[in-house]
Amino acid sequence: MSKKTLIPIGPYHPLQEEPELFKLYCDGEIVKDIKWETGYNHRGIEKLSESKTYEQVFFLVERICGICSTSHPFAFANAVEELADIEITNRAKYIRSIIGELERVHSHLLWVGLAGHFLGYNTLFMWAWKYREPVLDLFEMISGNRNSYAMFKIGGVRRDIEESKIPAIQKVLGDVKKKTDMLVGAVMDDPVIHARTKGVGILTKQDIIDYGAVGPTARASGVAIDVRKDDPYAAYPLVNWKVITAEAGDVFAKAQVRLLEMYESISIINQCLEGLKKEKEGEITVKVKEIPEGVGNGRAEAPRGEVFHFVQSDGSNSPARHKIRAPSYVNIATFRKSCIGQTIADATLSLAAVDPCYCCTERMAVAYDVHSGEKIMNASELICKSAKRTNEIKKKFRI
Amino acid sequence: MDKELNIEDFKKNFKSDILEIIEKNPRREIITIKSESILPVAKWLYKEAGFRFIIASALHTKRGFEIHYHFSLDSLGLILNIHVILDKVKPEIESLSNMFNASNWIEREMHELFGINFLNHPNQDKLISEGNWAEGVYPFRKEFKSDQEKR
Amino acid sequence: MGFKSYCFKKSLWVFHFGGASCNNCDIEILDCLTPRHDLERFGILLVGSIRHADVLLVNGSINTRDKERLLEIYNQAPKPILVVAIGACGCTGGIFAEGYTFAGPVDKIIPVNAYIPGCPPKPEAIIAGIVKLVKNS
Repeated sequence: MSKKTLIPIGPYHPLQEEPELFKLYCDGEIVKDIKWETGYNHRGIEKLSESKTYEQVFFLVERICGICSTSHPFAFANAVEELADIEITNRAKYIRSIIGELERVHSHLLWVGLAGHFLGYNTLFMWAWKYREPVLDLFEMISGNRNSYAMFKIGGVRRDIEESKIPAIQKVLGDVKKKTDMLVGAVMDDPVIHARTKGVGILTKQDIIDYGAVGPTARASGVAIDVRKDDPYAAYPLVNWKVITAEAGDVFAKAQVRLLEMYESISIINQCLEGLKKEKEGEITVKVKEIPEGVGNGRAEAPRGEVFHFVQSDGSNSPARHKIRAPSYVNIATFRKSCIGQTIADATLSLAAVDPCYCCTERMAVAYDVHSGEKIMNASELICKSAKRTNEIKKKFRI
Repeated sequence: MDKELNIEDFKKNFKSDILEIIEKNPRREIITIKSESILPVAKWLYKEAGFRFIIASALHTKRGFEIHYHFSLDSLGLILNIHVILDKVKPEIESLSNMFNASNWIEREMHELFGINFLNHPNQDKLISEGNWAEGVYPFRKEFKSDQEKR
Repeated sequence: MGFKSYCFKKSLWVFHFGGASCNNCDIEILDCLTPRHDLERFGILLVGSIRHADVLLVNGSINTRDKERLLEIYNQAPKPILVVAIGACGCTGGIFAEGYTFAGPVDKIIPVNAYIPGCPPKPEAIIAGIVKLVKNS
């Protein structure tokens, strides 16, 4: 009789910042089923939005998630500007895209660090987070805060990027590019990382279409969807860049897509900075008289995928209904396909590869013994198990 | 996904199910249909025309419970809102989750927040309400007053 | 020197509890341990079990679902323990205090020794707050 073990990851664990509960039902070392509980992070944001004015909602949606702090105001602004037929100035478009892409750079660096930690490469974690700090300093210089920048408003942006700041931004980006070269070399050429991540947590093209997954998770399986290309907004149609895809659909492909996207982001920011220099006399905001009745669909490409906001207005100062869908809502559900049949150590890695942002989704993993219901491993033990597996592979390569 | 969609095709196929069409701009259309027709419409959009299901938004208005199903055709950047209006007293509609997994969680969430019943949904377990609010309470219904407002 | 001050003199081990938060504060706390601020050189570690901890960091507006777990964690913590509420949400609930699942800011559930406000508080602010707390305890 096979004994199924149930391993808990969460709900509260030091490296998994958000509380969430995934129950992995394991038979020996193989994960057979996953159940999950959420609701630990539910804050009722959609209902709160109905009692705030449109300008106040920006401060609310910024705090849905700290890492995708720009993407939610971006999508909300797109939705309301579509509703009210507002066209923003070119200067505002460039500034919005610069902030969006800087956020993508810092978010992908954060993910590389966390992936390193899950693999047991703590040095990678420390390095990636160290190289993230100059990007946060840039945010502080532009907007006044390292996170939650409050740059967006209906009809434009709230603060300008003066010409005097541009050389500092370009210098930091140059440094980040050099460090990205180093990280790409460290990750893509390491035989141990290849052994740990290739063939692990595979999602096929059909899985992606069935779950409606988005972002790097989808692009790593060959599904080339990116809101910035498909439904262009802000300055993206004004600059040259390409969508990065990979075919394998495993953890390695997801890492590859994220690392290569950072180069594209740096290129977009540099082009937008040149655009800002040309639009010297432009205003950063347009006058908005009122928000009429109607509905607006707004979307933006967050580091994790497509963020979608639906706003219904009844002509008053507050939204009548504000629906928010974060990319992790559809991406996390793919765990059923990518984790079942894997070993426990690999399941931990597959969970991290989707770059889940629980606070966006509002919803941590645990393994139990299916027959006895006993808790077998907690979260830090799971991460240790994953690190142990990396060490076993290192021994094989005699590193 | 590489089929070119012709909205006229859709309008021809489902002529008897469509109640109203609002075209906001070439990339945004809101099509109100009868709630009984949701399954064949969603099947055509997903299987034949290659649309992706983004999410569904439920609203509670004076007309009853309304749902906008948002479908996206990525090759054209087009979003179709398929809009249905459900009964005020007993809101129910067929579940789309037997066709694809993308709608599984949002239908459970709409059930917990609004009390809309999704017929033949494969898994009616609680998603977010456990420990957060009581059974039978639907926080997003307009007549609901949360504890904060009662004080 | 009292027993309590002796315990908290150096090398504080920290347990982090994230309530219903947006993670800005969680990431700023982790930033304190990364090379720029590097608290690990003082022996300050993030631990996986509350039973090893000297300091309990709580952030996030606490949800009705998180409330029992926070109480359980506090009860499991070996006393004396210093509780620090981080961020606007931890101190007062922030903008989420009007939500329908809000179960009170942290000090309504467990006793708090220090408040570090900010949205999010910078790592320098967090470090300054902890140092002030340790000096006064």
